[in-house]
Amino acid sequence: MKRPLIVTGTSLGVIAGAFLLMNSLPGCRPSGTTKSVVTGDAASKVYVAPGKYDEFYNFVSGGFSGQMAVYGIPSGRLLREIPVFSVDPESGYGYSEETKGMLTTSHGFIPWDDSHHSELSQTDGVPDGKWCFINGNNTPRIALIDLGTFRTGSIIEIPNSAGNHSSPFITGNSEYVVAGTRFSVPMGDDAARDVPIKTYKENFKGNVSFIHPEPETGKMSIAFQIVTPGVNFDLSHAGKGPSEGWFFFSCYNTEQAYSLLEVNASQRDKDFIMAVNWKLAEQLAKEGKGKRVPGKHHSNWWNHKTHSTETTVYDDVLQLDPKDHPGLLYFMPCPKSPHGCDVDPTGKYIVGSGKLAALIPVFSFEKMQKAIAANDLEGDFAGIPVLKYESVIHGEVKKPGLGPLHTEFDDNGNAYTSFFVSSEIVKWNVEKLEVLDRVPTYYSIGHLSVPGGDSKKPWGKYVIAYNKITKDRYLPTGPELTQSAQLYSIDGDKMELLLDFPTTGEPHYAQSIPAELVKPREVKFFKIEENEHPFVAKGEKETKIERRGKEVHVWMTTIRSHFAPDNIEGVKLGDEVYFHVTNLEQDWDVPHGFAIKGAANAELLLMPGETQTLKWVPTRVGVTPMYCTDFCSALHQEMQGYVRVSPANSTVPLTALTVSVDAEL
Amino acid sequence: MKPISRVMIALAALSLLVLLFVPIWRIDLAAPQYPEGLFIQIYADHFAGDVEKINGLNHYIGMGTIHDEMFPEFEYLPKVLIGLAVFGVLAAVWGKRQGLFAGLITLTVFGLWALYDMYKWGYSYGHDLDPRAAIKVEGQAYQPPLIGHKKLLNFDAWSTPDTGGWILFGVLALLAGVYFLELRRKRPAKPITA
Repeated sequence: MKRPLIVTGTSLGVIAGAFLLMNSLPGCRPSGTTKSVVTGDAASKVYVAPGKYDEFYNFVSGGFSGQMAVYGIPSGRLLREIPVFSVDPESGYGYSEETKGMLTTSHGFIPWDDSHHSELSQTDGVPDGKWCFINGNNTPRIALIDLGTFRTGSIIEIPNSAGNHSSPFITGNSEYVVAGTRFSVPMGDDAARDVPIKTYKENFKGNVSFIHPEPETGKMSIAFQIVTPGVNFDLSHAGKGPSEGWFFFSCYNTEQAYSLLEVNASQRDKDFIMAVNWKLAEQLAKEGKGKRVPGKHHSNWWNHKTHSTETTVYDDVLQLDPKDHPGLLYFMPCPKSPHGCDVDPTGKYIVGSGKLAALIPVFSFEKMQKAIAANDLEGDFAGIPVLKYESVIHGEVKKPGLGPLHTEFDDNGNAYTSFFVSSEIVKWNVEKLEVLDRVPTYYSIGHLSVPGGDSKKPWGKYVIAYNKITKDRYLPTGPELTQSAQLYSIDGDKMELLLDFPTTGEPHYAQSIPAELVKPREVKFFKIEENEHPFVAKGEKETKIERRGKEVHVWMTTIRSHFAPDNIEGVKLGDEVYFHVTNLEQDWDVPHGFAIKGAANAELLLMPGETQTLKWVPTRVGVTPMYCTDFCSALHQEMQGYVRVSPANSTVPLTALTVSVDAEL
Repeated sequence: MKPISRVMIALAALSLLVLLFVPIWRIDLAAPQYPEGLFIQIYADHFAGDVEKINGLNHYIGMGTIHDEMFPEFEYLPKVLIGLAVFGVLAAVWGKRQGLFAGLITLTVFGLWALYDMYKWGYSYGHDLDPRAAIKVEGQAYQPPLIGHKKLLNFDAWSTPDTGGWILFGVLALLAGVYFLELRRKRPAKPITA
């Protein structure tokens, strides 16, 4: 969220508060409240009976949690929180030796991020349920979540970007996922990057990256990057149907301010929507027209067979400069710091949402093409042609509300736009530009989401509001309150509030998909015979212990309800012990945990058939317990073992045993 | 016997060969934690289904594990089935009612023996429990039902014929039917000797 809006929102809150205070004097109380405006039989529309399933999966960004949460719609029940950019000690993600690599970047190991927008993979312009992408805003990254395992499948770092906000929007057949930098920065070698901040106009550049996910594996690589004038990129969307082959990015700070942006970047009446001919860019890249420029970045991929990260480090990136390639980029003027940049299901219209504007401009792709053909320009911006506003506009929605942020669509030609400042959703007709309905949100909606609402085929049954403020909507929990979403039905003429549900982190944006497109993909367990982990033990007979200098490696297994081995001796102070734990179970929903006293990193949570490694450095002599942390069976509490740690000069032989009662008889 | 009877006998005998390829019997298990259910299928020469999962569960109550190698039946059962089929075909070729009678008896004995063998195994499977079992329930045995339903602790168990079992019953019924019809046919008059 942009600072001016927080300030505006807060000031409005203060004014409203003062107003309420004044009015609490006898006789001046405002009549009625809007606390609950649920009408009709809302409860039955969101009630999912025990044992029944929700109709949609809802993939919600975790915001400052860096993760992604999965909810069922219409119930609003939290199904899962997927670790993506932040470490997760409960599963060992980012702590186990195998998963650490997923969070490595050219800056080293980054255990957190700020995740903003989720985007489902598409086939023919329609979400297909294969993957869900999410962007890391802080240390610019994009993650791919595999919807067969609901795990992070790959993460790629974006070089030359400084804040990956305008991301990870996708082309109709998942050819490319984009990443537009929020901050423009100087690029190039050290000397080119070490410049005074006030030389923004000369030295600072923006860029948008096109990332290609390999259809089979989900491995990601940067196909090409397009350099742009120094501005801030906010959001983006791919064209579809007639506009297929183009990509649209909203940009603000065309003032090119580098300080006090809340004032200095809000001066111009119009900023831009940038139109990119990505088919042309793709062709240029294939013809070798670009230039490889410095841009070190990591691409991390999770190998399901070895249960380990595979990292590829790139030193440079292919860059295209639009100055060398006319026809690659155009700017369309768009009122007041646009946030949302949304293409309707027909692909004919592009909706800009100027967050400081009091109207919604709708651009026509057809008119844009005509203006380009006729060279109908109002000038250029840092060498990039700027098309004439009047020539590309389909029309404006007049007086829709205050502070339009983001728009999605239903399958009946209607659009739904969120208004942060006036805290409402407004429904309007795309062709006629007429406002049809409005409902308040509680409070200060950011993004909204219709299932499939940015695709060719929306499932226009609900719109979900993702709010920035909850205030009095829930039981209070001290200074820090829950974040929330609100579910509205949109299958009638009037929008109807059905449900409030709390969310984890900050729910910037979310996407939903019918459950039946995802459910058949679910992996129930990993096949032990396909496990290629270098330290796998595919049965208790393969368990062993081995000393390699100061390193002690334990090939360990778990099965209901014991570890093998569970008695380890001969470990010495100064050793590093690596527990390579394989869960031998081959049934759904039988994970085992592995925890050892004093572990400075985390525990492990192992799915059936999986191998993960926990490194443990003992700090004192004695016998240390280890145990299973996932209630696995009636004998879970018996699932335990001991490691004996001896002084550094000890001669206790290294042994690893599981002692059966037979041995004692 | 009439030619049609002989053809029926030959077909019945040959259909016994199908039992070499399809499951003969199945045991289904259901418990609150296993809404999707567990099952074992018994083929002429091996087990199929959730054998490993069931082996894993049974160790809590001290039941033995099931492995194909433990059953000599899996070695000779296919040979016995082939033998029975050959016997049936020969009886059809021979065309005498005595042959059919002998076949019918042999097959019935085989079926009864198979049931008894399964009962015997089920008895020891359910009763010979490891004395060190983690969970012991006084007086509880875990013998699976021979046929039909039985409750075993938290599990409901059903034992029913599978495809091969039904074929076997069908073959028996068909042979019995043919034999019955042949019996009802007027016997050739025996010369009366004074």
